[in-house]
Amino acid sequence: MQITSARELMELCAERQQNLAEVVAAYAAFRSSTTVEAVRERMRDSLAVMRASVERGRSDGGHLSRLISGYGRLFAQAEQEGRLLGGPLFKKSLLYSLSVSQCNASLGRIVACPTAGSCGVVPGALLAAAEELESSDEAIIDALLVMGGVGVVSASQGPISGAEGGCQAECGVASAMAAGAVVYLAGGSPEQVFAAASLALQSHLGLVCDPVASLVEVPCVTRNASSAAVALAAANMALAGIPCVVPYDEVVGAMKAIGRALPESLRETSMGGLAATPTGRRLAREMREKYRL
Amino acid sequence: MAQIGLFDIVGPIMVGPSSSHTAGAVRLGLAARRILGSEVQRAQIELHGSFAATYWGHRTDVALVAGLLGMGMDDERIPEALELAAASGLEYTFAAADLGDVHPNSVRLQVEGSAGSITLCGSSIGGGRINIFELNGFEVSLDGTYSVLLTRHRDAPGVIAEVTKVLAVHGINIAFLNVSRKARGFEALLVAQTDDPIPDLAVEHVRRVSQVLAVRTLPCF
Repeated sequence: MQITSARELMELCAERQQNLAEVVAAYAAFRSSTTVEAVRERMRDSLAVMRASVERGRSDGGHLSRLISGYGRLFAQAEQEGRLLGGPLFKKSLLYSLSVSQCNASLGRIVACPTAGSCGVVPGALLAAAEELESSDEAIIDALLVMGGVGVVSASQGPISGAEGGCQAECGVASAMAAGAVVYLAGGSPEQVFAAASLALQSHLGLVCDPVASLVEVPCVTRNASSAAVALAAANMALAGIPCVVPYDEVVGAMKAIGRALPESLRETSMGGLAATPTGRRLAREMREKYRL
Repeated sequence: MAQIGLFDIVGPIMVGPSSSHTAGAVRLGLAARRILGSEVQRAQIELHGSFAATYWGHRTDVALVAGLLGMGMDDERIPEALELAAASGLEYTFAAADLGDVHPNSVRLQVEGSAGSITLCGSSIGGGRINIFELNGFEVSLDGTYSVLLTRHRDAPGVIAEVTKVLAVHGINIAFLNVSRKARGFEALLVAQTDDPIPDLAVEHVRRVSQVLAVRTLPCF
């Protein structure tokens, strides 16, 4: 049994008369010589860590992060005081993704998904959607399996690191994974799951990895929140029946080709983009002087 | 095409901020401790490439020491590793080094404990995955996910056949086999990565193979 493309994954669903979550769980169990129940248990552990990282990040003062501090807490406070726009789904998705990413920047425990730098996107979009839909934990675990399936087909066909593909390969793929999971949770078809994934990744193509001072903080933490919002937008469009036109596998191919075309300065080297702005350079100098051994 | 696992994507569960520069570094430190087989008393840590350039932001230094102290990559005490090292008497030095044409996130660890010392070079290759590419001067390729049998032996005909026969007799499947030597007829190293754990009795039988100088197993790390 192998899953290397969205097409293959959808064919497996039809062949085995199983839904996406069942096929992904069966694949993971087969690959690690374990049971579907054990795979689901491991996913339950991941869900618990995601929730804990939201809690830690929303109250974190940020004394361990270098450049930024307490973004989750700032957002939570503004929400409590009624200073923000939008409905609960939108605001929660931003709050949760900011919190998880802040937790990561503050040396807290997170689930890399697919990477540590993009760890806030999936919990942001999925946990907010799950609250709106009042989903059970079993349903969330199903959605997490589908999310992982989108990730597996992405990583089989393209990069998932900023060093290889730029941020499109990290936050872009995370956003695609989150969009697919949200559609699944909302009852969408396998085709809609991958349409959402495709639309989310399409909106990230070309996005470069240019972190200021080589830290996973600026623009990473706020970009995680933006990518969670894009995931929800893509999920809604797919649920509305808007087609992705270009299938997910081909969008991953485009992302890979774009990644190859990106100069090294825009692939996690902190030599271009925001990192090379006057402010970026000044902050890098200050951080180095302050923290080098 | 490489087969990607579900938990390669959803995970690892780790302490931030970077899977390559923090989580992978913890695992490299932990690998050194596990291979040493005892508490680390002294460590010389040489950082190469991106590790040397960005350690201070991603806490690669803290992460390596955390691993040397025996912590896993999801251990919430990682941020306090340097203080814990001071309290437990682990002495360490850091230096930048050029390890040659290797992965940018690489480190050389010379560690010493009550049972002896080892030197390993390893890379953090992304997503918390690692590759040990040099062990005590020999070229290897270990990612810590398999049981490993190591033999130091004299480079002579038939030694490898005898060693692998012992594994076969014990029903142990070899996933990867690597043999290297310093020069013909001199000391050689065999590294067998196996799907099944290697029992003590199999190790004892390998030890009795002619020309084998030393045998040991490595746990997963």
